[in-house]
Amino acid sequence: MRSRAVWQLSLCKMREFVREPEAVFWVFIFPILLTLALGVAFRSKGPDPILVGVQEGEGASQALAALQAVPGLEVEPVAPEAARQKLREGKLTLVVIPGDPLVFWFDPTRPESRAARLEVNGALQRAAGREDPLSVEIREIHERGSRYIDFLLPGLLGMNLMGTGMWGIGFSIVNARMRNLLKRLVATPMRKRDYLAGQLAGRAVFLFLEVGVLVGFAALVFGVPLRGSLLTLALVSAVGAMTFAGLGLLVASRARTIEGVSGLMNAVMLPMWILSGTFFSTARFPDAMQPLVQALPLTALNDALRGVMIDGASLAVVAPEVGIAAAWGGAAFAGALYLFRWR
Amino acid sequence: MLALRCRRLTKRYGRLLAVDGIDLDIRAGECFGLLGPNGAGKTTTVEIFEGLLPADAGSVEVLGMSWDRDERRIRERIGIQLQETQLAEKLSVIETLILFRSFYARGHDPEQVLRMVGLQEKRKAWVRKLSGGQRQRLSVACALVSDPDVLFFDEPTTGLDPQSRRQLWEILSSFHEQGKTVLLTTHYMEEAERLCDRVAVIDHGRIIALDTPARLIASLGAEHVVEFQSECPADLDAIRRLPGVGAARAEDGVVSLTVAEVHHALPALLAELERQRVRMTSLATHHASLEDVFVALTGRHLRD
Repeated sequence: MRSRAVWQLSLCKMREFVREPEAVFWVFIFPILLTLALGVAFRSKGPDPILVGVQEGEGASQALAALQAVPGLEVEPVAPEAARQKLREGKLTLVVIPGDPLVFWFDPTRPESRAARLEVNGALQRAAGREDPLSVEIREIHERGSRYIDFLLPGLLGMNLMGTGMWGIGFSIVNARMRNLLKRLVATPMRKRDYLAGQLAGRAVFLFLEVGVLVGFAALVFGVPLRGSLLTLALVSAVGAMTFAGLGLLVASRARTIEGVSGLMNAVMLPMWILSGTFFSTARFPDAMQPLVQALPLTALNDALRGVMIDGASLAVVAPEVGIAAAWGGAAFAGALYLFRWR
Repeated sequence: MLALRCRRLTKRYGRLLAVDGIDLDIRAGECFGLLGPNGAGKTTTVEIFEGLLPADAGSVEVLGMSWDRDERRIRERIGIQLQETQLAEKLSVIETLILFRSFYARGHDPEQVLRMVGLQEKRKAWVRKLSGGQRQRLSVACALVSDPDVLFFDEPTTGLDPQSRRQLWEILSSFHEQGKTVLLTTHYMEEAERLCDRVAVIDHGRIIALDTPARLIASLGAEHVVEFQSECPADLDAIRRLPGVGAARAEDGVVSLTVAEVHHALPALLAELERQRVRMTSLATHHASLEDVFVALTGRHLRD
């Protein structure tokens, strides 16, 4: 009898989900559109040309000629009055004032300006007669897995698992509480843990569809690799989904209105959208913030997904991250069971 | 055999005493009504009976079992219809019933319950496509699907149109005719008179009268009520002394009298008003009802 109730509860949860076109959009279509948009916007198109200005005056034409011969540089003459403004607006990364001393004018906080300085200096010195003691040979790497889309996709997957886990569980529970439906259910002999199990089971079915669709789409359209095993990816995703289902349950354990639960959801998810390395690496945050950033469940999930997909990591390698996520999930479930109100 | 027994039941919300020491015995096979105005404590009382609210003091036994020890055994044997439950909008009627059936060890076939409540044509319709009356019948079906011994219905017909109300009454009656117990709360006197074997009139968390509807009405000492309005106030003492007039009260400009026989009391009343030189502006008579019992007991109307 027990298993029948869990089965019916999860079946009804699935039916309610597929009958909600908005939910289907946000879970399946939206991540694909986001991947498509970001993949196109940040597609690999080779390095941007370095924009260099040569200030008009004595020696300018020789310097222009020398620099135009260098590949990867885009050189233009610039009037002395205009140089400062163009530097400030980023229309030029570097301005050269020819003469002796040779003057390089740039913003030292911009990495591309520093690179331009080295390039331009070398070219002008060679034009002035410098001999390089070593000859140079260039090798380039063009490997799948090192592009932005390859970094991005596991993060989007993690973010999607977070969003659907929390909304999918939290929203439907608060909705049922608002409608007095939870109260009606506890008026039956239904076991409370069966209800929660049904919610999770109903969620789990779509999990694999959701992960499969996104990973498949990215592989087909952008050639994003899946280097680890499918089973490891499934396991990591399942742990992640259950972690956020637990957090969804916790957030929904007392809330009585959709507005209330939405506010709580956003308060939980917003910091992780920014901090957890979905769109850019967590290494960008200062060292002082790292303990916090690394302890977040989405950071752990994103790192584990990236490890499996891009580096081909085994479950043993990503175990610490999976452990962090599972610990969050377990704590959230325990808290939710303690706090949960049925009416 | 008692279906329900409670003693000195008390529930307090802050300073409000919602249930004030209620004692009640409901016999198995009885259709019992809790009648009272909104806020009288009916729903609180019933939810304590249903094991959904803890009482502050007092004891409740359902089918001889207590909620502390036998919660699941009680839940297997009772059916509940709550006030204002909205079932999942995007599940169909039959899916909803199958879901509820899955919670119980034994019960009816969901298809059979659909026929019992007359929803077989709506079998595959989503809940959100149902009318108010159909939703209410589905809610009743969810309570019936476990083939319960006791049904708790909290204001099942509030807000329904007359036809839907009659359909629900028929469902309840046929359940009751199988020898099962029904506990019903309502603020419709007609509903209580029609369905209930016994009625407890409840006000401010106390039972102020308990008997069969017929005997409660008989306790008024008169079977009819005459109500009239007049241009200027009439002398009520003189009217009370008229032959066959039981009681007279004035409220909001309406004077109502309980009378044994309208055909004797009315000519006397008209003659008396003529003598007092009071001109009537309206006159109506009806059979005495539980509403009049409530008015006689509390001085207020049920709908107030």
